[in-house]
Amino acid sequence: MSGRVKFSFRGKDIVAEAGQSVGAALIAAGHRSWRTTRHEGAPRGIFCGIGVCFDCLVVVNGEPGRRACLTEVRPGDVVEPQEGAGHGDLAC
Amino acid sequence: MAISPADCDLAVLGAGPAGLAAAVAAANAGVRVSLVDAGPRVGGQFWRHRDGDGGAGHHDWRTLVRLRSGLSRVDLRTDHPVWHVERTDAGFTVHTGRGAFTCRAVVVATGAYDRQLPFPGWTLPGVYTAGGAQALLKGQGVRAGKRVVVGGTGPFLLPVAAGLGAAVVAVAEAGSPAGFTRSPLAVAANAGKLAEGAGYLKTLLRHRIPYRTRTAVIAAHGTDRVEGVTLASLDREWRVVPGSSRELECDAVAVGYGFTPQLEIPLQLGCATTLGADGGLVAVADDQQRASAPGVYLAGEVCGVGGAALSVVEGELAGRHAALTLVGAVPNSVVVARLLRRRKSLRAFASAMHAAHPVRPGWRTWVDDTTQVCRCEEVSAGTVRAAVRELGATDARTVKLLARPGMGLCQGRVCGYATACLVGAEYGREPTASDLAGVASRPIAQPVTLGDLARD
Repeated sequence: MSGRVKFSFRGKDIVAEAGQSVGAALIAAGHRSWRTTRHEGAPRGIFCGIGVCFDCLVVVNGEPGRRACLTEVRPGDVVEPQEGAGHGDLAC
Repeated sequence: MAISPADCDLAVLGAGPAGLAAAVAAANAGVRVSLVDAGPRVGGQFWRHRDGDGGAGHHDWRTLVRLRSGLSRVDLRTDHPVWHVERTDAGFTVHTGRGAFTCRAVVVATGAYDRQLPFPGWTLPGVYTAGGAQALLKGQGVRAGKRVVVGGTGPFLLPVAAGLGAAVVAVAEAGSPAGFTRSPLAVAANAGKLAEGAGYLKTLLRHRIPYRTRTAVIAAHGTDRVEGVTLASLDREWRVVPGSSRELECDAVAVGYGFTPQLEIPLQLGCATTLGADGGLVAVADDQQRASAPGVYLAGEVCGVGGAALSVVEGELAGRHAALTLVGAVPNSVVVARLLRRRKSLRAFASAMHAAHPVRPGWRTWVDDTTQVCRCEEVSAGTVRAAVRELGATDARTVKLLARPGMGLCQGRVCGYATACLVGAEYGREPTASDLAGVASRPIAQPVTLGDLARD
């Protein structure tokens, strides 16, 4: 469990423990939400923590729909919030 | 038609306590076993850990160490989420996120996840399932918050609160667990489990954490994250005692009302289900852990929530009997008799626990028409009720089709039970097995890419 991993969230660096999930690292860094819902734009973060509820979806290295609770942080990961359906780049 | 040999004899789905025990027992009897799990390492939710974890803070870690050391003859496939199991002429095809393989028999040991009841504010960030808070702590080394309220019902709240220790500001147990003394024999036969519970209570005492029974988190408050909860005292039916509501500041909430077995695969394979002692849907297993569908074995929480020790016993029974069918390895009758006695005793204890922690119908009064029931599709209780009252739906599955609760990403895993309860209440009944099966059937058990579907 030794070692540290640096990744970015909303353009700012966060240091996580090696092997930690993106979601756990974000919570440890004080964040609680990184997704907004499709209909009401409500903030969401981790709820079930084990991959069941899909509330914690996040964009990792440009790929939307990743479950933050299951996705292990890798060095240099670029993590961004996921808005609505997560298909912002496909709109129009 | 020529039947090609299967890739393995037995596929064990899920590498938690039940699946590990089944895989090891079958492999020891000469069966070619593939053990498949969605996660990156074995242990399931009960022994959720990171690489290098020495077992501190885990319960019965040495059983994991023993089972893990028995995996040398098992084809272990971690990071393989199973999304469908298909019956073929020769056995089964197991479809995973990393391709498909064939087997002659399957053990379904897919475990369970927290059962949830909705309440106003439960969608606020910072509100977690009890299992989620535990997974953050045990699997990630992260506390859910600095001031955590633990709520719900059932013995699982105790290890969650004890693990969080001084960060817990209150434990709200909706039931009155003294009720389990109604089954003194089942309880006495499992003194070890009681000692475990007493140990957790001692931890709560040491940190001066208030443990309140007949008390529930009936609302969470905050704008973009949880900042507090309303706690209320409950009557026998879980209706709020007038004048008992009080607010408590917190930055996290961990709630759970028991567990829901993960039954996608048994339902895909047509296995019989029934209502369990906790009012949830469970798959039916016989004394050899066989499901009603041929070639399918069940072990652990899928055939009734009962904890890790029972899961290990059921896994061993399943593995030994699968070996009898697959390679003719006759299980030692003394060992089987001992396992069956242990299963009976642990199941009696689980039933006593379930009887002491029932979900009572009054929770529906905490939910107003604006409370979201389905978190994914953002469907309110009012919309669910309107689907019954105005559109004439008579069961939860029809409500799902009309009003979309359970149609979102989680496919009703989180809201299925509550939706079935709310719909049943409109007709004056508790959810039946068929109500629950209607919201638990999922042809695809895990998210899968179109590419995977096209390849398979």
